[in-house]
Amino acid sequence: MDAGLIKDLKDKAFDIRSRTIREIASFGSGHMGGSMSIVELLTYLYYNEMNVDPENPGKDDRDRLVVSKGHSGPAVYATLSTKGFFPESWLETLNQGGTRLPSHCDMTKTPGVDFTGGSLGQGFSAAVGIALGQRLKGYAARTFTIIGDGEAQEGQIYEAAEAAGAWKLSNLFGFLDLNGQQLDGYTKDIIPSMDMKARWESFGWDVHEVENGHDFSCIADAVEKAKTVTDKPHMFIMHTIKSYGYIPGEGIKSNHSMPVTKEQAEAAIEELRKREGR
Amino acid sequence: MKDAHVYSHYRDAVIGAVIDLAAEHKDIVFLDADLSSCIGSTNFQKAYPDRFFNCGIAEANMVGVAAGLSSMGFTPFIHTFGCFASRRDYDQLFISVGYTHQTVHVIGSDPGITAQYNGGTHMPFEDIALFRQIPGFTIIEPSDGQSLYELTRQVYASGKSSYIRTPRKGIEFRYTPEDKIVLGKGIELSDGQDVAIIATGSLMVSGAVAAADALKEKGINATVIDLHTVRPLDTDLIEKVASRTGHILVCENGRYAGGIGEMIAGYLAERNPVRMSFLNVGERFGEVGNLKYLSDTFGFTAENIARKAEALLK
Repeated sequence: MDAGLIKDLKDKAFDIRSRTIREIASFGSGHMGGSMSIVELLTYLYYNEMNVDPENPGKDDRDRLVVSKGHSGPAVYATLSTKGFFPESWLETLNQGGTRLPSHCDMTKTPGVDFTGGSLGQGFSAAVGIALGQRLKGYAARTFTIIGDGEAQEGQIYEAAEAAGAWKLSNLFGFLDLNGQQLDGYTKDIIPSMDMKARWESFGWDVHEVENGHDFSCIADAVEKAKTVTDKPHMFIMHTIKSYGYIPGEGIKSNHSMPVTKEQAEAAIEELRKREGR
Repeated sequence: MKDAHVYSHYRDAVIGAVIDLAAEHKDIVFLDADLSSCIGSTNFQKAYPDRFFNCGIAEANMVGVAAGLSSMGFTPFIHTFGCFASRRDYDQLFISVGYTHQTVHVIGSDPGITAQYNGGTHMPFEDIALFRQIPGFTIIEPSDGQSLYELTRQVYASGKSSYIRTPRKGIEFRYTPEDKIVLGKGIELSDGQDVAIIATGSLMVSGAVAAADALKEKGINATVIDLHTVRPLDTDLIEKVASRTGHILVCENGRYAGGIGEMIAGYLAERNPVRMSFLNVGERFGEVGNLKYLSDTFGFTAENIARKAEALLK
């Protein structure tokens, strides 16, 4: 991957991460952990992969993204704001009454959100339906979808996995955010994510381990490799760190939803700036 | 309008309507959950193989896939038995279809005791109550082959999601292609002054008609309403028959809680309370048996309807 492109993507990710932290702080608390863990993925998809146009968000043959782990809404909104789907000032309305940016991604509220997530497992089935619809319409468009490792405990995920495998939906690109944590703690202590690669392969998916889900080169290598497989849906097992980049939340058990003051937010962004050598 | 008397079973009429619609409307797709042989959506598959998807025994995913297809501009009709079409996939219907404002038409077959030999595990008594909780869903339970065909076309034309509650096997006809059948408008099959019997579906409407005949011999004149559209409720008609008769008996092949009788009672309680009585499954679970046995067991007979109507007048 080109070094200049990597730098640009890193700069974007820093911007998106900063906006997400400030957005959550504007409300005072929010789903920090699962937002932070997918910032690089969102950056990669919106700035290096997906065919979307903020000027024409309803374009029918666009690529689509379903964030089935809908509680990552704050990171999605920050990303969409950097793309120009809506003004950055909207981020300060997160979870306020009447907002267009609710806690969980909602297609009826937010420009650029392609399907509603949050009732875990459901967005993933919808993504299968969207990919099927794109194929029925003869579009070259693709559907991207992000699920959580906690979410992958839902039975519906595997109903959808079976169908997508049976229908050989090669335009479906799924990303499993394997950050090892869920609301109540570590997945290994609750319901461990056992043998995800074998699991998804057994459903007829083209599976790629992304050993560092925060490294753009790792993401790019896997995605480009997947594009050569044309008869299976694709699953990327993204090894990530929950709360990555919001340093006060890294490595702690209770980082699913966190209280954050505006002062804490600015301090955390400054700490991240130093860590990244900015 | 097409004469639906060409169909020999309810399943042929409802699937026939979808096949005819699909010829005109390219947005229509059909999803089934391994019950396509039971409802005859295999005929849709033969007519439009590229627009048919058997999702296997995975109803929750079927609803989610349908929602995704709807967001892509398709109009899915989906089918499974009514018990699975309501209880099994409820959160998916509520969130992925209802909350997101998608349009999906859900055919739930074998309502109430018409599930017969599949027994208690397969009897949806609370399906209407469940669909009533989802804002925007239309609910129909037609009482004959002609109205099933016509109303299936009309729910598609409405552009709103719907629940189509229908038996699969057998068929009755009480309407012709010339009869006016309008979504949201119940049909007065008789206009007696003494008591109104409001019924949905072939089992209850036929029972109500026979009960009205029996009551007439005793000098009691009954209004019989075929309330083929459960939701939205035909409030004009309800108010009219309430004012006319002052006595209403509601007959439904399902449970009272959240059902049709409770809905009508709730509506009238605010505006024009009248004496009411209700025929339904009560607090029971379903059980196996043929329709005659089950009708006798649950009291879904013309004799019992007439008895309840008579008691209401005392």
